Amino acid sequence: MKEFWKRITDKYGYPKVLITIFLIILCIIAVIQQQNLPGLLKDSLVRIGMNGVLVLAMVPSINSGTGLNFGLSIGILCGILAGCISIELKLTGMTALIAAILMSIPFSVIAGYLYGLLLNRVKGDEMTVGTYMGFSIVSLMCIGWLLLPFQSPDMIWAIGGKGLRTTIALADKFGKVLDDFLSFNVLGEPVPTGSLLFFGLMCVIVWLFFKTKTGVAMIAAGDNAKFAAANGINVNQQRVIGTILSMVLGGIGIVIYAQSFGFFQLYTGPLMMPFMAVSAVLIGGASAKKANIANVVSGTTLFFALLAISLPVINKMMPEGNLSEVIRIIVTYGVILYALTKVGGDN
Amino acid sequence: MNTQIDISKRKQTSKISFMNILANYSVPILFVIICMLGIYASKLNMTYILNEIVIRLSRNLFLVLALIIPVMAGMGLNFAIVIGAMAGQIGLIAIKVLDMGGFTGFLMALLISTPFALLFGYGTGQILNKTKGKEMITGLMLGYFANGLYQLVFLTFMGTIIPVNNPEIILSGGVGLKNALDLKFIQYSLDNLIKLDIAGVKIPVVTILFILVLCFVLRFVIKTKLGQDFRALGQDINIAEVSGINTNKTRLIAITISTVLAAWGQIIFLQNIGTLNTYNSHEQVGMFAIAALLVGGASVTKATIGQAVVGTLLFHTLFIVSPFAGKNLFGDAQIGEYFRSFIAYGVIALSLVLHAWQKYMKEHNKEKLG
Repeated sequence: MKEFWKRITDKYGYPKVLITIFLIILCIIAVIQQQNLPGLLKDSLVRIGMNGVLVLAMVPSINSGTGLNFGLSIGILCGILAGCISIELKLTGMTALIAAILMSIPFSVIAGYLYGLLLNRVKGDEMTVGTYMGFSIVSLMCIGWLLLPFQSPDMIWAIGGKGLRTTIALADKFGKVLDDFLSFNVLGEPVPTGSLLFFGLMCVIVWLFFKTKTGVAMIAAGDNAKFAAANGINVNQQRVIGTILSMVLGGIGIVIYAQSFGFFQLYTGPLMMPFMAVSAVLIGGASAKKANIANVVSGTTLFFALLAISLPVINKMMPEGNLSEVIRIIVTYGVILYALTKVGGDN
Repeated sequence: MNTQIDISKRKQTSKISFMNILANYSVPILFVIICMLGIYASKLNMTYILNEIVIRLSRNLFLVLALIIPVMAGMGLNFAIVIGAMAGQIGLIAIKVLDMGGFTGFLMALLISTPFALLFGYGTGQILNKTKGKEMITGLMLGYFANGLYQLVFLTFMGTIIPVNNPEIILSGGVGLKNALDLKFIQYSLDNLIKLDIAGVKIPVVTILFILVLCFVLRFVIKTKLGQDFRALGQDINIAEVSGINTNKTRLIAITISTVLAAWGQIIFLQNIGTLNTYNSHEQVGMFAIAALLVGGASVTKATIGQAVVGTLLFHTLFIVSPFAGKNLFGDAQIGEYFRSFIAYGVIALSLVLHAWQKYMKEHNKEKLG
C-alpha cells in the first residue's frame, strides 16, 4: 500500500492525487445526499468549457520559460475590452462572439508584446513582477472603464449616463451561444457542446503549434536557455512569442468564459482570475517549467469538477457562511504554494 | 570580513549612484507633489486633513514598521504580514469571547496574539527558507492560503470544536463567526488614554509613544549582533553563510519578529477602527503597508524607519484627499478611489520591476565578465 501510494504520487504528483481523492469523496457524499447527479455532471461540463481556454493560456508561457503567467489578467482585460466593443457595435449572437474573439487578438498581441519585453528584463522574477503588473493594470483599467467613451445603454450606468457597469449582462448579446451550439440532452441535462468543442479545438491548435519549428524552438528555449542560445535560438524572442500567445489565449478565454457565465465582470473582476488558471494547470501535473495539453485537460477537469460539485454538496452540509468558497481558496493557493516550494530556492 | 563587505558595498553604490539617488528620493518627491496637488484639488480644510493624517499615522505606522527587518535580512517585502495580522485578530476574537474590554482587554489581546504570531512566524519562516530567492511570491501566496485556513477555522470550528455560545458573535446556526464583530468595547482604548489637543488636532499620545518605543527597539536591534547578521544576509547570503552565520535561523528570527509586530500592529489598527470584519479585515494589510513603505522611498533591498514614516504620511495623505479630489476634478469620487488603489498596486509593481531589473543586469554583467 505504501509503495503503491509512493508510486502514484511520484507519477502524478501530490496535487493531482489528493484532488482526485477529494473529488471522489465529494461524489460519494453527493450520492448519499441524493443530489441531482446529472445536474452536477452538467455543471462540471459547463465549468470545464467555461474555463478551459484560460487554463490553456498557461501552456505557452510556461514552455517558453517565463513560468506561470500570473499577469494573465492583462490578456483577460483585452478580451473584455473587445467584448465591450462588440456590444457597442450592436452585434448579437454568434457574430458578436466571433467579432469579440477576433478583436481581442490585436489588443492581446500588443499587450503581450510589451509585457514580454518587460519579462525579458526581469528574468527570474517573472512571477512576482507578473502578479503585481497584473494587479496594477487591472486597477488602472478600473479608471479606464469609467472614462472610456462607450455609449451603448446596455453597458453604461443608467443613472448619470457615464462609465461602464460593474457587470454587463450578455443574455441578449452572445450569452450561451457557444454553450447552446449543437447542444444535446444527456439524462435530461443539456451538454455545452459548443464550448467543449471550442476548448478541444484550441487545445489541438496549441498542440499543433508546439509541433512547428517555432514551437519546438520555444520549448528548447524554455527548457535550457543557454543550450538553446548556443544552438542559435533567439531565447528572448521565443519568450516574447510565448507571452503573446498566452495573452491571446487569455483574451479569447475570457470571452468564452463570459458567454458561458452570461456576464462580463469589469473593474476588480479580473483581479484574481489568473490564480484559478494557474492552480488548474498545476493540478493537472504541470510544473513552473513544463506543461502540456494533457496537463491542461486533466487539470481543468479535476479542478472545475471539484468546484462545481463542492458547491451544492458543501452548502447542504453547512448552509451558512461560504464554506465552498473557502475550499476554493484553500485548494487554489495551496496548490500554487506547493508548486513554489517544490521548485525550491536559488541555492 | 566586515571591511570587505563595506568595500564591495561602496563599489556598488558608486556604480549605481544615479540609480540610488533616483530610488531614494525621486519617489517621495513625486508623491509630495501628487499629495500637494491632491490637497489643493480636494479643497479640504487643513485641520481636517491634519486630524486624519494623525489618526492614520497612529493606526498604520506600526504595521509598516513591521516590514523593515525582513527587508534588511534580504527577504524582500514581507507580503506574509497578513498572517501576523490574522494572529492579531485571533487575539481580538479571544478577548471578545472572554468579554474583556478597555485597556486591560487591549493588553490581553496583545498577549494572546503573541504565541500565535510566534508560531505562524516560525511556520512562515520555514516555508520561506525552502523558497529562497522567491520569498515575495511565496509570501503572497502563503498569505492567500493562510486566509483560506483562517476562514475555515472561524467558519467551522467556532461553536463546534471551540465551544462558544455567544449569539452576538456566532452565526444563527450556532456554528461559525459572524462577518463583522463589534469592537466598541476596546475602541480607542489605547488612543484615548491620553489625548492632546493642539490647535484643533487631536493627538493620541500613548499610541504614538508605542510607535516611538518600537522605533527605538528596532534601532537597538539593528545595532546588535543579530542586526549585523540581518544586514550581512541582506548583502549576500552566500558570504554570510561562509562567514559562519546560521542563515536559516537568522531568516526565521527576522520573519518571526515581523509577524509578531504585524499582529500587534493589526490590534492597534483595529482598536482605532472599532469593527472587525472577521473574514477580510486582514486581506489588504500587506498591500497597503508595503505600498506605504515604498512610497517613502524604500526598495526591495533597503528600508529605513524614516522611509516608513515619510511613506505612511504621504500614502495616507493621498488616501484622504483622492476621493475628494476625484469628485472635484471629474465629478466622480469613484475615480479618486480607483486612482489610489492603482497607486498602491502600481508603486509595488514598479519597485518590483526595478529590483528585478537591477538584479538581472548584475547577473548579466557577471556572466559577461566570467
